[in-house]
Amino acid sequence: MIAVLQALADGLMIGGVYGVIAVGLSLVFGVLGIVNFAQAEFMMLGMYVAWFAWRYLGLDPLVGAALSFVAVFCLGALVQRLLIQRIMKAPPVAQIFLTVGLLIVLENSALLLFGPEFRTVKTAYQTRALMIGPIFVSVSYLSAFVAAVIVSGGLWLVLTRTWIGRAIRATAQNPMAATLFGVDTRWIYAVAFGLGTGLSALGGGIVLSYSSVSPTSGSQYVVLMFTVVVLGGLGSVMGALVGGVIVGMIQSLSTLVMPIQLQNLALFTIFIALLAFRPQGLLGSPSR
Amino acid sequence: MLRMRDLSGGYGPRPVISRISLDIAEGETVALLGANTAGKTTLIRAIVGTLPSVSGVIAFEGRDIVQLPAHRRVALGIACVPEGRHVFGQMSVRDNLMMGAYHRRTEDLGSDLADCFALFPRVRERQAQAAGTLSGGEQQMVAICRALMAGPRLLVLDEPSHGLAPLMVAEVHGAIRKVNARGIGVLLVEQNVSSALKVVDRGYVLESGAIALSGTSRDLQDNDTVRRTYLGI
Ligand SMILES: Nc1ncnc2c1ncn2[C@@H]1O[C@H](COP(=O)(O)OP(=O)(O)O)[C@@H](O)[C@H]1O
Ligand SMILES: [Mg+2]
Repeated sequence: MIAVLQALADGLMIGGVYGVIAVGLSLVFGVLGIVNFAQAEFMMLGMYVAWFAWRYLGLDPLVGAALSFVAVFCLGALVQRLLIQRIMKAPPVAQIFLTVGLLIVLENSALLLFGPEFRTVKTAYQTRALMIGPIFVSVSYLSAFVAAVIVSGGLWLVLTRTWIGRAIRATAQNPMAATLFGVDTRWIYAVAFGLGTGLSALGGGIVLSYSSVSPTSGSQYVVLMFTVVVLGGLGSVMGALVGGVIVGMIQSLSTLVMPIQLQNLALFTIFIALLAFRPQGLLGSPSR
Repeated sequence: MLRMRDLSGGYGPRPVISRISLDIAEGETVALLGANTAGKTTLIRAIVGTLPSVSGVIAFEGRDIVQLPAHRRVALGIACVPEGRHVFGQMSVRDNLMMGAYHRRTEDLGSDLADCFALFPRVRERQAQAAGTLSGGEQQMVAICRALMAGPRLLVLDEPSHGLAPLMVAEVHGAIRKVNARGIGVLLVEQNVSSALKVVDRGYVLESGAIALSGTSRDLQDNDTVRRTYLGI
């Protein structure tokens, strides 16, 4: 029983972070209609930004994650204006080629610039843990979870309470009508792509606080990211956040009955079952 | 207020509307009539700026707007209720109305909202509901209110009564009259000619992309061609 509670608590905390990583992918699809296969590479860049901020500025990765967001937001917005904008109306094959190409370019650029080694950060709280009742709570996980909750709340506020947020949602639902009421949708597409990639990068910074980064970190998270987003319904922001928590819990519960090396097996089984029986996701509607 | 001269345009090299001249005076209500595929929606799209190719003159309050991008026209005072409503289905009714005022970006919208609710009390009741869950008539009310939230000087409505029950048509047309009484000019596209002519001061009849006929609503009601073709008399 305690083992199950422990697994649920770990799953919740890790899952909250998964939500932040995946919500960017969902946002990009929801607004631009583009499946960004390079999304996890933007996350990887965010991890490097947080690592360098820790190494050279002495910033905690959870603080450095804010820098990851800003840097990758700008990069993402630029990539959208220069590259993605050109394939917005192109057939899906062209869109896949472009974002997969971007994936390869980003991964290899990271290899060239940063080298192949795994990099980790050291924080004072890394090895600490709290006992809450019978449950053991790692301070790293807990602080990562708190950061994820703050980011999710902030995103929700931006999307529902600000003009830019309303314009982003309006553009996602009906770009023509948004234009009629004064929204410059080309600008919104750049902002939404920057925001989406920036959020994944921010999630990357948070992950770095208990994990490591290398040029292939993206490929480590890409399937997870897609599982979360499909589970929550592609394009749904709330869905991604909830999907993240569910995936975190599944992963963590599965370690109770399976060897840890197989924790992704449970995930993929559920992923495939979802695609077969409820491809619109748990929270998603059949159309956006 | 709106002056159109020799306007041609369409979706590709072949023009759908050609050499159209049309005027709307300050605070006037004008109908644009015509059969299906006559080019009414195409003409509306030229006015609001979403038509891919246009040539000629569209002056709004003396300023030529033909080259102005669509998203910058609403701030001049042109608001549109597009054909098919196009409400933001997953957003609340209130957020739909807020989006109408996007070009102003002010939170101080209380009196504008009150004006909308006075026009359609039903919209006030539905505020928190997702617009996509409303009935067709209610969505049309939301689309009209959203356009009014822009604070327009000219309201352009493309077939607002399409697909609505007769009672709802009467309510929508009544609302158009009330809007006009506030001094807002109206361009009303309708296939429902007889009821449209009761709402407007003047009308234009579009046939195969060109103006075939124009005049006051009385002239048009009495016109033999109009009676035969559109009123079925
Ligand atoms: N998006 C479009 N692309 C190409 N042709 C179009 C488009 N919309 C309308 N048309 C053509 O333009 C003509 C006029 O259509 P439209 O302006 O919608 O007529 P109406 O609104 O009077 O029914 C039709 O022949 C139609 O096929
Ligand atoms: Mg039409």
